[in-house]
Amino acid sequence: MSLAGAGSFGDFVARAQRSGRLVVQPRMGVSDPAAMRTGLLATKHATATTVGTITLDSYTRMGDNANARTALATGAELNGYPIVAHDPAVTRAVLDGVAGPDFPVQIRHGSPCPQPIIEALMAAGLHATEGGPVSYCLPYSRTPLAESIPNWARGCDLLAGVEATGVQPHIECFGGCMMGQLCPPGLLVALSVLECMFFRQHGIRSVSLSYAQQTNAVQDTEAVLALRRLATEWLPDVDWHIVIYTYMGVYPRTADGAALLLEEAARLAVRTGAARLIVKTVAEGYRIPTFAENVAALQTAALAADHCTTITGSLVDTGIHAEASTLIETVVELGPDLGRALAEAFRLGYLDLPYCLHPDNAGRTRSVLDGSGRLQWARIGSMPIRNVVGPNGSAEMTAAGLLASLSYVERSYDSASLEQEYRAGLPAAAVNGREAGIPTRGSTP
Amino acid sequence: MSAGDLTVVVTSVSSDSHTWNLVVLQLVLEELGHRVHNLGACVPDELLVSECLRLRPDLVVVSSVNGHGFHDGLRLIGAVRARPELAGIPFVIGGKLGIAGPRCDGSRAALVAAGFDAVFEEGGLTAFRSFVAELTVGVAS
Repeated sequence: MSLAGAGSFGDFVARAQRSGRLVVQPRMGVSDPAAMRTGLLATKHATATTVGTITLDSYTRMGDNANARTALATGAELNGYPIVAHDPAVTRAVLDGVAGPDFPVQIRHGSPCPQPIIEALMAAGLHATEGGPVSYCLPYSRTPLAESIPNWARGCDLLAGVEATGVQPHIECFGGCMMGQLCPPGLLVALSVLECMFFRQHGIRSVSLSYAQQTNAVQDTEAVLALRRLATEWLPDVDWHIVIYTYMGVYPRTADGAALLLEEAARLAVRTGAARLIVKTVAEGYRIPTFAENVAALQTAALAADHCTTITGSLVDTGIHAEASTLIETVVELGPDLGRALAEAFRLGYLDLPYCLHPDNAGRTRSVLDGSGRLQWARIGSMPIRNVVGPNGSAEMTAAGLLASLSYVERSYDSASLEQEYRAGLPAAAVNGREAGIPTRGSTP
Repeated sequence: MSAGDLTVVVTSVSSDSHTWNLVVLQLVLEELGHRVHNLGACVPDELLVSECLRLRPDLVVVSSVNGHGFHDGLRLIGAVRARPELAGIPFVIGGKLGIAGPRCDGSRAALVAAGFDAVFEEGGLTAFRSFVAELTVGVAS
């Protein structure tokens, strides 16, 4: 693993990890520059090791900068910071004295056409962003992969130019978060590695591999450890770290349930040697969180992380590593150009996201939650994992089953929170709950 | 479940990138025995119109949860009903259609007046199933 240069996003995270601190990060974006600066400062001054986030608005994500400019001119509030519509001088003023080697700021967006965004963030003096040719295309847009992939190749080439200024640019891939929920871990891990290999092929030498917390802590742990092994194998000559996303599906509505889920994500990150965590707040089930709610979440996560240690032994292997490894090898064998190989893999259904309706996704796979809350394949379509996954005998997903699966985490954590309130002061109950995989607040790792 | 045998288009509106709602509706309809063409996220009005002209569905189900469903729905049903070929196709809409919800601000009546055959609020799956069942009886008899 090469070291990221001083002052870079990767270097900041690597230094924090070496000193045993989990980096925590919010999602945060508002259209008003002064308010954006306030949010960044609140993140910077939280009692935690933080990096800053500027999340962009929907217009900017879709390349509709005319509408973003109109909104700015009329004072209409956007759902994020329109970095392309704002003058670079405005964004530099937002960052002045805030962003720096001690507080890197990342641009998060969700665009299948990232070049204008990357030009704008470079003009503002930034060098870290997030996304991917597949993961920022298939779940949320109708943009063909045949456009998103070359767009992202050009975006990477552009951002790689930052290196000439002495700072190593960084891209985090969103591939381990596909669909937010109900994608089995083997495919998430494979996509995370493949997208980072794509970034590397386009000159990016500092990357992060994402994994979104799913429905079962033990399964998630195995998945992230598999992700580490595969990153070591496939990304030998770049700086990389793993970033965990707190659960992205239907979020618990009780404050305690929401905090429990966040703490479980922080523990997942520390246990597996991940370096960074994207948090969620107690307001997540209802609305866009305030800066104060974000700061509280950062501090809750940091505290949970402090009380946890990295796993050194080995875990039961249910085949996640083998499944992800097979998928990666299959794509790599399709040709030396990873962009073309990824497009071909989706065309042939070798990669096939369950429940993804994008026209370029084959749509022949289905996943289910088993009785212990583990994600399993019910149908694998044409994915070449028959020998790895084996017949699992899972029943086909019904509408009622899907609705129940989508709210499984919300129900588990909200009822755990209510249960805990009821049984307050009964440690035996909490211990039993943990063994059954039911989350408990404030328990040891 | 009886085989319903309707051809159904399930679609979002142009501004809405959510898809889990569309997936659930597809399963509901397939369990009732119908053939579903799911158009997915962010469907432009023109695409919906051209797919309806191509498929000539027995039912079109519009689902939106981003709060723009009322406005986007009014616009798209105008585009649909402007085509005489599509005048007789039942169109229904549901989800989280606006901040206030259809019951509160008269938007349900506005959507029906504009050409929707039924409006379902969040959690209205039972009512939706009944609507589809009546349609099936209508086709079979």
